[in-house]
Amino acid sequence: MIMRVFVMVFLLMPCLLKAQTKKPLMKKVVTTSTNSSLKTSIARGQIVYSKICLTCHQVDGSGVPNMNPPLIRTKWTLGSKTVLIQQVLKGSSGKVEIDGDTFSNTMPPLKTLTDQQIADVLTYVRNSFGNKASAVTVAEVKAIRAKTK
Amino acid sequence: MKKHFFFFILILSFFYTKLFGQSPDQVKINLPAGFTYQVVGKNLDRARHIVVNSNGDIYIKLARVRRGGGIVRLRDKNGDGKIDDTTRFGNYGGTGIAIKNGYLYATSNTEVYRYKLINNEPDIDHPEIIVKGLLAGNQHETKSITLDNNGNIYVTIGAPSNACQLQDRVTGAPGQDPCPLLEKAGGIWQFKADKKDQSYEDGIRYATGIRNAVGLDWNTATNTLFAMQHGRDGLQDYHFYPDSISVELPAEEMLEVTKAGDNFGWPYCFYNQFIGKKVLNPEYGGDAKTVGRCADAKAPVVAFPGHMAPNGLLFYTGTQFPEKYRNGAFVAFHGSWNRAPLEQKGFLVAFVPFKNGKPSGDWEIFANGFAGKEHLATPGQAIFRPCGLAQGPDGSLYVTDDAKGYVWKISYNGK
Repeated sequence: MIMRVFVMVFLLMPCLLKAQTKKPLMKKVVTTSTNSSLKTSIARGQIVYSKICLTCHQVDGSGVPNMNPPLIRTKWTLGSKTVLIQQVLKGSSGKVEIDGDTFSNTMPPLKTLTDQQIADVLTYVRNSFGNKASAVTVAEVKAIRAKTK
Repeated sequence: MKKHFFFFILILSFFYTKLFGQSPDQVKINLPAGFTYQVVGKNLDRARHIVVNSNGDIYIKLARVRRGGGIVRLRDKNGDGKIDDTTRFGNYGGTGIAIKNGYLYATSNTEVYRYKLINNEPDIDHPEIIVKGLLAGNQHETKSITLDNNGNIYVTIGAPSNACQLQDRVTGAPGQDPCPLLEKAGGIWQFKADKKDQSYEDGIRYATGIRNAVGLDWNTATNTLFAMQHGRDGLQDYHFYPDSISVELPAEEMLEVTKAGDNFGWPYCFYNQFIGKKVLNPEYGGDAKTVGRCADAKAPVVAFPGHMAPNGLLFYTGTQFPEKYRNGAFVAFHGSWNRAPLEQKGFLVAFVPFKNGKPSGDWEIFANGFAGKEHLATPGQAIFRPCGLAQGPDGSLYVTDDAKGYVWKISYNGK
Protein backbone atom coordinates (compact mmCIF):
# COMPACT_ATOMS: atom_id res chain seq x y z
CA MET A 1 0.00 0.00 0.00
CA ILE A 2 2.79 2.40 0.91
CA MET A 3 4.39 1.56 -2.37
CA ARG A 4 1.17 2.34 -4.18
CA VAL A 5 0.84 5.75 -2.54
CA PHE A 6 4.43 6.43 -3.38
CA VAL A 7 3.83 5.56 -7.02
CA MET A 8 0.79 7.77 -7.14
CA VAL A 9 2.56 10.74 -5.64
CA PHE A 10 5.42 10.18 -8.00
CA LEU A 11 3.10 10.07 -11.00
CA LEU A 12 1.25 13.18 -9.92
CA MET A 13 4.42 15.07 -9.14
CA PRO A 14 4.72 16.88 -12.47
CA CYS A 15 1.11 18.02 -12.24
CA LEU A 16 1.53 19.28 -8.72
CA LEU A 17 4.71 21.11 -9.53
CA LYS A 18 3.33 22.61 -12.68
CA ALA A 19 0.16 23.61 -10.88
CA GLN A 20 2.26 25.60 -8.49
CA THR A 21 4.22 27.44 -11.09
CA LYS A 22 1.33 28.00 -13.46
CA LYS A 23 -1.24 29.86 -11.45
CA PRO A 24 -4.32 31.07 -13.32
CA LEU A 25 -3.19 34.21 -15.03
CA MET A 26 -6.22 36.39 -14.54
CA LYS A 27 -6.24 35.92 -10.81
CA LYS A 28 -6.40 39.21 -9.00
CA VAL A 29 -3.05 40.88 -8.83
CA VAL A 30 -1.33 39.70 -5.70
CA THR A 31 0.96 42.09 -3.93
CA THR A 32 2.84 41.03 -0.90
CA SER A 33 3.79 44.62 -0.40
CA THR A 34 1.81 46.54 2.17
CA ASN A 35 2.41 49.66 0.18
CA SER A 36 -1.08 50.82 -0.65
CA SER A 37 0.11 53.33 -3.26
CA LEU A 38 1.51 50.39 -5.20
CA LYS A 39 -1.84 48.66 -4.97
CA THR A 40 -3.77 51.67 -6.15
CA SER A 41 -1.31 52.27 -8.99
CA ILE A 42 -1.80 48.68 -10.10
CA ALA A 43 -5.57 49.06 -9.88
CA ARG A 44 -5.49 52.22 -11.98
CA GLY A 45 -3.08 50.56 -14.36
CA GLN A 46 -5.47 47.69 -14.92
CA ILE A 47 -8.10 50.14 -16.13
CA VAL A 48 -5.64 51.69 -18.60
CA TYR A 49 -4.54 48.23 -19.71
CA SER A 50 -8.11 47.09 -20.35
CA LYS A 51 -8.84 50.16 -22.40
CA ILE A 52 -5.63 50.58 -24.39
CA CYS A 53 -3.51 47.44 -24.35
CA LEU A 54 -5.78 44.45 -23.88
CA THR A 55 -7.01 43.98 -27.43
CA CYS A 56 -3.50 43.27 -28.69
CA HIS A 57 -1.64 41.98 -25.64
CA GLN A 58 -4.66 39.99 -24.41
CA VAL A 59 -6.38 39.74 -21.07
CA ASP A 60 -3.68 37.45 -19.66
CA GLY A 61 -0.70 39.21 -21.24
CA SER A 62 -0.13 36.27 -23.57
CA GLY A 63 -0.09 38.36 -26.76
CA VAL A 64 -0.82 36.98 -30.22
CA PRO A 65 1.52 34.47 -31.86
CA ASN A 66 3.71 36.10 -34.55
CA MET A 67 2.01 39.46 -34.13
CA ASN A 68 1.80 41.01 -30.68
CA PRO A 69 4.45 40.09 -28.10
CA PRO A 70 3.55 38.49 -24.79
CA LEU A 71 4.19 40.43 -21.60
CA ILE A 72 4.71 37.39 -19.41
CA ARG A 73 8.14 37.29 -17.84
CA THR A 74 9.98 38.70 -20.83
CA LYS A 75 13.18 40.71 -20.73
CA TRP A 76 11.14 43.67 -21.95
CA THR A 77 8.56 43.67 -19.21
CA LEU A 78 10.92 42.82 -16.38
CA GLY A 79 14.02 44.57 -17.68
CA SER A 80 15.01 48.20 -18.17
CA LYS A 81 12.26 50.60 -17.20
CA THR A 82 13.75 53.18 -19.56
CA VAL A 83 13.31 50.88 -22.55
CA LEU A 84 9.82 49.97 -21.44
CA ILE A 85 8.71 53.58 -21.01
CA GLN A 86 10.20 54.49 -24.39
CA GLN A 87 8.34 51.58 -25.95
CA VAL A 88 5.04 53.03 -24.76
CA LEU A 89 5.93 56.59 -25.78
CA LYS A 90 7.34 55.74 -29.20
CA GLY A 91 5.49 52.57 -30.09
CA SER A 92 7.10 49.93 -32.24
CA SER A 93 7.18 49.14 -35.93
CA GLY A 94 9.95 46.62 -36.12
CA LYS A 95 10.39 43.00 -35.33
CA VAL A 96 10.62 42.11 -31.66
CA GLU A 97 12.29 38.84 -30.80
CA ILE A 98 11.48 36.91 -27.65
CA ASP A 99 12.85 33.44 -27.05
CA GLY A 100 13.30 32.75 -30.76
CA ASP A 101 9.82 33.91 -31.74
CA THR A 102 9.35 37.13 -33.66
CA PHE A 103 6.48 39.56 -33.28
CA SER A 104 5.99 42.16 -35.94
CA ASN A 105 2.71 44.00 -35.62
CA THR A 106 2.74 47.78 -35.32
CA MET A 107 2.32 49.26 -31.86
CA PRO A 108 1.10 52.85 -32.02
CA PRO A 109 2.96 55.44 -29.95
CA LEU A 110 0.93 56.17 -26.83
CA LYS A 111 2.39 59.52 -25.91
CA THR A 112 -1.06 60.98 -25.36
CA LEU A 113 -1.29 58.97 -22.16
CA THR A 114 -0.36 61.00 -19.08
CA ASP A 115 2.77 60.27 -17.06
CA GLN A 116 0.50 58.89 -14.36
CA GLN A 117 -1.29 56.56 -16.78
CA ILE A 118 1.97 55.24 -18.20
CA ALA A 119 3.44 54.72 -14.73
CA ASP A 120 0.27 52.93 -13.62
CA VAL A 121 -0.09 50.68 -16.62
CA LEU A 122 3.56 49.65 -16.56
CA THR A 123 3.37 49.01 -12.83
CA TYR A 124 0.30 46.87 -13.49
CA VAL A 125 2.06 44.92 -16.26
CA ARG A 126 5.19 44.43 -14.16
CA ASN A 127 3.08 43.02 -11.34
CA SER A 128 0.60 40.90 -13.28
CA PHE A 129 0.59 37.78 -15.44
CA GLY A 130 3.15 36.16 -13.16
CA ASN A 131 5.46 39.18 -13.30
CA LYS A 132 7.02 40.61 -10.16
CA ALA A 133 9.10 43.73 -10.65
CA SER A 134 9.45 47.17 -9.19
CA ALA A 135 6.87 49.87 -9.80
CA VAL A 136 7.30 52.55 -12.45
CA THR A 137 6.96 56.03 -11.02
CA VAL A 138 5.54 59.18 -12.51
CA ALA A 139 8.94 60.86 -12.05
CA GLU A 140 10.61 58.13 -14.11
CA VAL A 141 8.11 58.52 -16.93
CA LYS A 142 8.46 62.29 -16.81
CA ALA A 143 12.26 62.09 -17.04
CA ILE A 144 12.21 59.65 -19.96
CA ARG A 145 9.53 61.63 -21.77
CA ALA A 146 11.67 64.77 -21.51
CA LYS A 147 14.52 62.90 -23.21
CA THR A 148 12.36 61.21 -25.83
CA LYS A 149 11.39 63.19 -28.83
CA MET B 1 -3.37 -5.05 -8.92
CA LYS B 2 -3.95 -4.54 -12.62
CA LYS B 3 -7.31 -2.99 -11.88
CA HIS B 4 -5.78 -0.60 -9.40
CA PHE B 5 -3.15 0.46 -11.82
CA PHE B 6 -5.81 1.20 -14.40
CA PHE B 7 -7.58 3.28 -11.78
CA PHE B 8 -4.44 5.29 -11.09
CA ILE B 9 -3.97 6.04 -14.73
CA LEU B 10 -7.57 7.17 -14.96
CA ILE B 11 -7.14 9.56 -12.04
CA LEU B 12 -3.87 10.75 -13.45
CA SER B 13 -5.27 11.53 -16.88
CA PHE B 14 -8.28 13.22 -15.30
CA PHE B 15 -6.06 15.56 -13.31
CA TYR B 16 -3.81 16.12 -16.26
CA THR B 17 -6.71 17.21 -18.44
CA LYS B 18 -8.18 19.32 -15.63
CA LEU B 19 -4.95 21.15 -15.02
CA PHE B 20 -3.54 21.64 -18.48
CA GLY B 21 -6.48 21.28 -20.84
CA GLN B 22 -6.21 18.81 -23.64
CA SER B 23 -2.93 17.60 -25.00
CA PRO B 24 -2.63 17.96 -28.79
CA ASP B 25 -3.27 14.25 -29.34
CA GLN B 26 -6.46 14.37 -27.30
CA VAL B 27 -8.01 17.04 -29.48
CA LYS B 28 -10.87 15.67 -31.53
CA ILE B 29 -11.79 17.29 -34.82
CA ASN B 30 -15.55 17.32 -35.37
CA LEU B 31 -16.73 16.54 -38.89
CA PRO B 32 -20.09 15.93 -40.58
CA ALA B 33 -21.42 12.35 -40.49
CA GLY B 34 -19.55 9.96 -42.75
CA PHE B 35 -16.24 11.84 -42.61
CA THR B 36 -13.15 10.60 -40.80
CA TYR B 37 -9.71 12.03 -40.30
CA GLN B 38 -6.19 10.90 -39.75
CA VAL B 39 -3.22 12.88 -38.43
CA VAL B 40 -0.55 12.62 -41.13
CA GLY B 41 1.93 15.15 -39.78
CA LYS B 42 2.85 16.41 -36.31
CA ASN B 43 5.13 18.99 -34.76
CA LEU B 44 6.36 20.25 -38.13
CA ASP B 45 6.57 23.80 -36.73
CA ARG B 46 4.51 26.53 -38.40
CA ALA B 47 2.81 24.64 -41.20
CA ARG B 48 1.29 27.20 -43.55
CA HIS B 49 0.02 26.26 -47.01
CA ILE B 50 0.04 22.75 -48.37
CA VAL B 51 -0.18 20.99 -51.72
CA VAL B 52 -0.46 17.31 -52.58
CA ASN B 53 1.17 15.98 -55.74
CA SER B 54 -0.57 13.52 -58.08
CA ASN B 55 1.49 10.68 -56.58
CA GLY B 56 0.32 11.52 -53.06
CA ASP B 57 3.45 13.35 -51.86
CA ILE B 58 2.53 16.12 -49.44
CA TYR B 59 4.45 19.42 -49.56
CA ILE B 60 4.06 21.91 -46.72
CA LYS B 61 5.48 25.41 -46.56
CA LEU B 62 6.77 26.40 -43.16
CA ALA B 63 6.69 29.97 -41.90
CA ARG B 64 10.35 29.64 -40.92
CA VAL B 65 13.24 27.31 -41.55
CA ARG B 66 13.28 24.45 -39.06
CA ARG B 67 15.45 21.35 -38.92
CA GLY B 68 17.15 22.22 -42.16
CA GLY B 69 14.29 23.33 -44.36
CA GLY B 70 11.46 25.73 -44.99
CA ILE B 71 9.57 23.13 -47.02
CA VAL B 72 8.63 19.71 -45.65
CA ARG B 73 7.72 16.76 -47.84
CA LEU B 74 5.81 13.86 -46.35
CA ARG B 75 5.77 10.64 -48.35
CA ASP B 76 4.11 7.28 -47.91
CA LYS B 77 6.69 5.05 -49.58
CA ASN B 78 4.93 1.67 -49.37
CA GLY B 79 1.33 2.79 -49.77
CA ASP B 80 0.18 1.61 -46.34
CA GLY B 81 -1.39 4.98 -45.57
CA LYS B 82 1.36 5.99 -43.15
CA ILE B 83 4.04 8.59 -43.72
CA ASP B 84 7.42 6.89 -43.64
CA ASP B 85 9.64 9.46 -45.30
CA THR B 86 10.04 13.09 -44.23
CA THR B 87 12.45 15.35 -46.09
CA ARG B 88 13.12 19.06 -45.81
CA PHE B 89 14.59 21.62 -48.18
CA GLY B 90 14.45 25.31 -49.09
CA ASN B 91 16.38 27.81 -46.95
CA TYR B 92 13.55 30.32 -46.53
CA GLY B 93 10.38 30.62 -44.50
CA GLY B 94 7.12 31.60 -46.17
CA THR B 95 3.52 30.67 -46.77
CA GLY B 96 2.65 29.91 -50.40
CA ILE B 97 3.04 26.56 -52.14
CA ALA B 98 1.54 25.12 -55.32
CA ILE B 99 2.14 22.52 -58.03
CA LYS B 100 1.46 23.16 -61.69
CA ASN B 101 2.64 21.60 -64.95
CA GLY B 102 5.50 19.64 -63.42
CA TYR B 103 6.81 22.36 -61.13
CA LEU B 104 6.61 22.95 -57.41
CA TYR B 105 6.21 26.65 -56.58
CA ALA B 106 6.92 28.10 -53.11
CA THR B 107 7.21 31.58 -51.67
CA SER B 108 9.31 33.44 -49.18
CA ASN B 109 7.92 36.79 -48.04
CA THR B 110 9.65 38.54 -50.94
CA GLU B 111 10.18 35.91 -53.67
CA VAL B 112 8.49 33.15 -55.60
CA TYR B 113 10.65 30.09 -56.31
CA ARG B 114 10.02 26.99 -58.32
CA TYR B 115 11.55 23.53 -58.54
CA LYS B 116 11.25 21.19 -61.49
CA LEU B 117 9.67 17.88 -60.53
CA ILE B 118 11.68 15.12 -62.16
CA ASN B 119 9.92 11.78 -61.70
CA ASN B 120 8.12 13.40 -58.79
CA GLU B 121 11.37 14.48 -57.17
CA PRO B 122 11.84 18.22 -56.83
CA ASP B 123 15.18 19.41 -58.19
CA ILE B 124 16.06 21.04 -54.90
CA ASP B 125 19.57 22.00 -55.94
CA HIS B 126 18.33 24.23 -58.75
CA PRO B 127 15.52 26.44 -57.54
CA GLU B 128 14.53 29.11 -60.06
CA ILE B 129 13.50 32.55 -58.87
CA ILE B 130 10.32 33.42 -60.72
CA VAL B 131 9.46 36.65 -58.91
CA LYS B 132 11.70 38.75 -56.68
CA GLY B 133 11.77 41.99 -54.76
CA LEU B 134 8.19 41.99 -53.52
CA LEU B 135 7.27 44.30 -50.69
CA ALA B 136 7.19 42.72 -47.24
CA GLY B 137 6.47 44.97 -44.30
CA ASN B 138 6.07 44.11 -40.66
CA GLN B 139 2.52 42.95 -41.07
CA HIS B 140 0.63 41.05 -43.76
CA GLU B 141 4.01 40.13 -45.22
CA THR B 142 3.30 36.56 -46.31
CA LYS B 143 2.80 35.73 -49.97
CA SER B 144 0.16 33.27 -51.12
CA ILE B 145 0.04 31.87 -54.64
CA THR B 146 -2.21 30.10 -57.09
CA LEU B 147 -1.96 29.40 -60.82
CA ASP B 148 -4.50 29.48 -63.63
CA ASN B 149 -4.58 27.23 -66.70
CA ASN B 150 -3.13 29.94 -68.92
CA GLY B 151 0.45 30.10 -67.71
CA ASN B 152 -0.03 32.74 -65.03
CA ILE B 153 0.76 32.78 -61.34
CA TYR B 154 -1.08 35.06 -58.89
CA VAL B 155 0.68 36.43 -55.82
CA THR B 156 -1.00 38.21 -52.93
CA ILE B 157 0.85 41.24 -51.59
CA GLY B 158 -0.70 42.36 -48.31
CA ALA B 159 -0.60 45.99 -47.26
CA PRO B 160 1.76 46.66 -44.35
CA SER B 161 -0.92 48.68 -42.62
CA ASN B 162 -4.32 48.48 -41.01
CA ALA B 163 -6.15 51.23 -42.85
CA CYS B 164 -3.36 53.22 -44.53
CA GLN B 165 -3.40 55.80 -41.77
CA LEU B 166 -0.73 58.47 -41.61
CA GLN B 167 0.35 56.76 -38.39
CA ASP B 168 -0.55 53.11 -38.50
CA ARG B 169 -3.03 51.94 -35.86
CA VAL B 170 -3.18 55.29 -34.11
CA THR B 171 -6.79 55.98 -33.23
CA GLY B 172 -7.97 59.11 -34.96
CA ALA B 173 -5.00 59.36 -37.33
CA PRO B 174 -6.36 60.25 -40.78
CA GLY B 175 -6.17 57.86 -43.70
CA GLN B 176 -3.83 58.75 -46.55
CA ASP B 177 -5.72 59.68 -49.69
CA PRO B 178 -4.76 58.39 -52.13
CA CYS B 179 -3.15 55.55 -50.23
CA PRO B 180 0.44 55.25 -51.56
CA LEU B 181 0.72 51.64 -50.40
CA LEU B 182 -1.61 50.51 -53.17
CA GLU B 183 1.14 50.93 -55.75
CA LYS B 184 3.07 47.94 -54.50
CA ALA B 185 0.77 46.20 -52.05
CA GLY B 186 -2.83 45.81 -51.00
CA GLY B 187 -3.67 43.61 -53.93
CA ILE B 188 -2.96 40.54 -56.03
CA TRP B 189 -0.37 40.59 -58.78
CA GLN B 190 -0.22 38.42 -61.87
CA PHE B 191 3.10 37.14 -63.25
CA LYS B 192 4.17 34.60 -65.86
CA ALA B 193 4.50 31.18 -64.29
CA ASP B 194 7.57 30.22 -66.32
CA LYS B 195 9.62 33.41 -66.61
CA LYS B 196 12.62 33.92 -64.35
CA ASP B 197 13.52 36.96 -62.26
CA GLN B 198 10.35 38.96 -62.70
CA SER B 199 9.66 41.95 -60.49
CA TYR B 200 6.87 44.50 -60.18
CA GLU B 201 7.41 45.96 -63.64
CA ASP B 202 6.93 42.54 -65.24
CA GLY B 203 3.67 41.89 -63.44
CA ILE B 204 0.14 43.21 -63.59
CA ARG B 205 -1.74 44.52 -60.59
CA TYR B 206 -4.58 42.07 -61.17
CA ALA B 207 -6.75 43.13 -58.24
CA THR B 208 -6.44 46.04 -55.85
CA GLY B 209 -8.06 47.41 -52.69
CA ILE B 210 -7.39 44.19 -50.79
CA ARG B 211 -5.87 44.74 -47.37
CA ASN B 212 -4.49 41.27 -46.95
CA ALA B 213 -5.58 38.07 -48.65
CA VAL B 214 -4.03 34.83 -47.46
CA GLY B 215 -6.49 32.21 -48.72
CA LEU B 216 -6.27 32.15 -52.51
CA ASP B 217 -7.44 29.73 -55.22
CA TRP B 218 -8.13 29.63 -58.91
CA ASN B 219 -11.64 28.32 -59.48
CA THR B 220 -11.48 26.12 -62.57
CA ALA B 221 -15.29 25.97 -62.79
CA THR B 222 -15.64 29.73 -63.24
CA ASN B 223 -12.11 30.29 -64.56
CA THR B 224 -11.71 33.17 -62.11
CA LEU B 225 -9.53 34.04 -59.14
CA PHE B 226 -10.95 33.87 -55.60
CA ALA B 227 -9.31 35.36 -52.52
CA MET B 228 -10.12 35.57 -48.83
CA GLN B 229 -9.57 39.02 -47.37
CA HIS B 230 -8.63 39.70 -43.75
CA GLY B 231 -10.68 42.74 -42.82
CA ARG B 232 -9.35 45.69 -40.89
CA ASP B 233 -8.97 45.91 -37.11
CA GLY B 234 -9.77 48.57 -34.59
CA LEU B 235 -13.28 49.75 -35.44
CA GLN B 236 -14.04 49.50 -31.72
CA ASP B 237 -11.80 52.54 -31.20
CA TYR B 238 -14.44 54.67 -32.89
CA HIS B 239 -17.43 55.59 -30.80
CA PHE B 240 -20.08 54.65 -33.36
CA TYR B 241 -19.08 51.02 -33.15
CA PRO B 242 -19.89 49.50 -29.77
CA ASP B 243 -17.96 46.33 -28.86
CA SER B 244 -20.97 44.15 -29.55
CA ILE B 245 -20.88 45.23 -33.22
CA SER B 246 -17.19 45.86 -33.81
CA VAL B 247 -16.26 42.34 -32.79
CA GLU B 248 -18.20 41.17 -35.84
CA LEU B 249 -17.11 43.99 -38.19
CA PRO B 250 -15.93 44.21 -40.81
CA ALA B 251 -16.83 40.99 -42.58
CA GLU B 252 -14.09 38.63 -43.61
CA GLU B 253 -14.71 38.52 -47.34
CA MET B 254 -14.59 35.98 -50.10
CA LEU B 255 -13.70 38.01 -53.20
CA GLU B 256 -14.04 36.99 -56.81
CA VAL B 257 -11.83 38.78 -59.32
CA THR B 258 -13.74 38.61 -62.57
CA LYS B 259 -11.53 40.97 -64.54
CA ALA B 260 -8.06 42.44 -64.25
CA GLY B 261 -8.10 45.65 -62.24
CA ASP B 262 -11.05 44.83 -59.98
CA ASN B 263 -11.04 47.11 -56.94
CA PHE B 264 -12.36 45.94 -53.59
CA GLY B 265 -12.07 49.27 -51.78
CA TRP B 266 -9.39 49.00 -49.08
CA PRO B 267 -8.35 51.24 -47.35
CA TYR B 268 -11.27 53.57 -48.01
CA CYS B 269 -14.02 51.04 -47.46
CA PHE B 270 -15.01 48.03 -45.45
CA TYR B 271 -17.88 45.60 -45.90
CA ASN B 272 -20.62 45.89 -43.31
CA GLN B 273 -22.39 42.55 -43.55
CA PHE B 274 -25.29 43.73 -41.41
CA ILE B 275 -26.39 46.21 -44.04
CA GLY B 276 -24.87 44.34 -46.99
CA LYS B 277 -22.80 47.27 -48.26
CA LYS B 278 -19.27 48.57 -48.50
CA VAL B 279 -19.16 51.69 -46.34
CA LEU B 280 -16.55 54.38 -45.71
CA ASN B 281 -13.88 53.70 -43.14
CA PRO B 282 -13.80 56.15 -40.21
CA GLU B 283 -10.26 57.22 -41.22
CA TYR B 284 -11.82 58.53 -44.44
CA GLY B 285 -14.79 60.25 -42.87
CA GLY B 286 -17.06 57.24 -42.44
CA ASP B 287 -19.55 56.85 -39.64
CA ALA B 288 -20.70 53.23 -39.98
CA LYS B 289 -23.37 54.04 -42.57
CA THR B 290 -22.05 56.47 -45.16
CA VAL B 291 -21.30 54.76 -48.48
CA GLY B 292 -19.84 57.60 -50.57
CA ARG B 293 -17.07 56.47 -52.93
CA CYS B 294 -17.53 52.88 -51.71
CA ALA B 295 -20.48 52.49 -54.05
CA ASP B 296 -17.82 51.71 -56.67
CA ALA B 297 -15.96 49.14 -54.58
CA LYS B 298 -16.64 45.56 -55.50
CA ALA B 299 -18.66 43.60 -52.95
CA PRO B 300 -17.71 40.13 -51.72
CA VAL B 301 -19.45 36.98 -52.95
CA VAL B 302 -19.57 35.64 -49.38
CA ALA B 303 -19.27 37.54 -46.09
CA PHE B 304 -18.12 35.83 -42.89
CA PRO B 305 -18.06 37.19 -39.34
CA GLY B 306 -15.21 39.58 -38.57
CA HIS B 307 -11.68 38.80 -37.41
CA MET B 308 -11.81 35.03 -38.02
CA ALA B 309 -8.77 35.31 -40.32
CA PRO B 310 -9.36 33.13 -43.39
CA ASN B 311 -5.95 31.70 -44.25
CA GLY B 312 -6.79 28.89 -46.65
CA LEU B 313 -9.15 28.54 -49.63
CA LEU B 314 -9.80 25.48 -51.77
CA PHE B 315 -12.36 24.77 -54.44
CA TYR B 316 -13.17 21.10 -54.22
CA THR B 317 -12.90 19.34 -57.56
CA GLY B 318 -12.79 15.74 -56.33
CA THR B 319 -15.50 13.10 -56.40
CA GLN B 320 -14.76 11.32 -53.11
CA PHE B 321 -16.93 13.71 -51.07
CA PRO B 322 -20.73 13.73 -51.53
CA GLU B 323 -22.33 15.66 -54.36
CA LYS B 324 -23.01 18.80 -52.30
CA TYR B 325 -19.29 19.45 -51.84
CA ARG B 326 -18.35 19.35 -55.51
CA ASN B 327 -17.16 22.68 -56.87
CA GLY B 328 -17.85 24.22 -53.46
CA ALA B 329 -15.31 26.15 -51.41
CA PHE B 330 -13.56 25.11 -48.23
CA VAL B 331 -12.14 27.93 -46.14
CA ALA B 332 -9.62 27.42 -43.31
CA PHE B 333 -10.01 30.04 -40.60
CA HIS B 334 -7.02 30.74 -38.39
CA GLY B 335 -9.19 32.10 -35.56
CA SER B 336 -9.50 35.58 -34.16
CA TRP B 337 -7.32 37.58 -31.78
CA ASN B 338 -9.07 40.93 -31.56
CA ARG B 339 -12.57 40.19 -30.39
CA ALA B 340 -11.84 41.14 -26.76
CA PRO B 341 -13.72 41.71 -24.50
CA LEU B 342 -15.76 38.95 -26.11
CA GLU B 343 -14.26 35.49 -26.51
CA GLN B 344 -12.18 34.58 -29.53
CA LYS B 345 -13.65 32.39 -32.24
CA GLY B 346 -13.24 30.93 -35.68
CA PHE B 347 -10.66 28.16 -35.32
CA LEU B 348 -12.39 26.05 -37.94
CA VAL B 349 -12.80 24.96 -41.56
CA ALA B 350 -15.94 26.27 -43.24
CA PHE B 351 -17.70 25.14 -46.39
CA VAL B 352 -19.62 27.21 -48.93
CA PRO B 353 -21.75 25.31 -51.47
CA PHE B 354 -21.52 26.56 -55.06
CA LYS B 355 -23.78 26.02 -58.05
CA ASN B 356 -23.09 27.39 -61.51
CA GLY B 357 -20.15 29.37 -60.17
CA LYS B 358 -22.13 31.18 -57.48
CA PRO B 359 -22.59 30.44 -53.79
CA SER B 360 -25.81 28.41 -53.57
CA GLY B 361 -26.42 28.50 -49.83
CA ASP B 362 -25.19 29.77 -46.50
CA TRP B 363 -21.71 28.90 -45.33
CA GLU B 364 -21.49 26.19 -42.72
CA ILE B 365 -18.91 24.77 -40.35
CA PHE B 366 -17.27 21.71 -41.89
CA ALA B 367 -14.52 20.92 -39.39
CA ASN B 368 -14.33 22.27 -35.88
CA GLY B 369 -12.70 21.60 -32.54
CA PHE B 370 -9.16 22.61 -33.55
CA ALA B 371 -8.83 24.99 -30.61
CA GLY B 372 -9.21 22.09 -28.18
CA LYS B 373 -11.74 23.98 -26.09
CA GLU B 374 -14.98 25.76 -26.70
CA HIS B 375 -14.43 29.09 -24.99
CA LEU B 376 -11.21 30.97 -25.59
CA ALA B 377 -10.27 34.34 -24.16
CA THR B 378 -7.04 34.53 -26.15
CA PRO B 379 -5.66 33.00 -29.35
CA GLY B 380 -2.74 31.57 -27.41
CA GLN B 381 -5.18 29.19 -25.74
CA ALA B 382 -5.97 27.53 -29.06
CA ILE B 383 -4.14 24.23 -29.40
CA PHE B 384 -4.38 24.24 -33.19
CA ARG B 385 -4.98 27.02 -35.68
CA PRO B 386 -6.08 25.91 -39.17
CA CYS B 387 -4.12 27.53 -41.99
CA GLY B 388 -3.75 25.69 -45.29
CA LEU B 389 -5.93 23.42 -47.41
CA ALA B 390 -5.18 20.95 -50.18
CA GLN B 391 -6.92 18.22 -52.09
CA GLY B 392 -5.27 14.84 -52.52
CA PRO B 393 -5.37 12.81 -55.74
CA ASP B 394 -8.04 10.56 -54.17
CA GLY B 395 -10.21 13.55 -53.30
CA SER B 396 -9.29 13.68 -49.61
CA LEU B 397 -9.00 17.09 -47.98
CA TYR B 398 -5.81 18.08 -46.13
CA VAL B 399 -5.70 20.74 -43.43
CA THR B 400 -2.57 22.23 -41.84
CA ASP B 401 -2.12 23.91 -38.46
CA ASP B 402 0.53 26.55 -37.88
CA ALA B 403 0.45 26.52 -34.08
CA LYS B 404 1.89 23.02 -33.57
CA GLY B 405 2.51 21.92 -37.13
CA TYR B 406 -0.14 19.23 -37.41
CA VAL B 407 -1.58 18.01 -40.70
CA TRP B 408 -4.90 16.18 -41.02
CA LYS B 409 -6.24 14.15 -43.89
CA ILE B 410 -10.03 14.17 -44.03
CA SER B 411 -11.81 11.44 -45.99
CA TYR B 412 -15.38 10.43 -46.66
CA ASN B 413 -16.37 6.84 -46.13
CA GLY B 414 -20.02 7.23 -45.19
CA LYS B 415 -22.88 5.78 -47.07
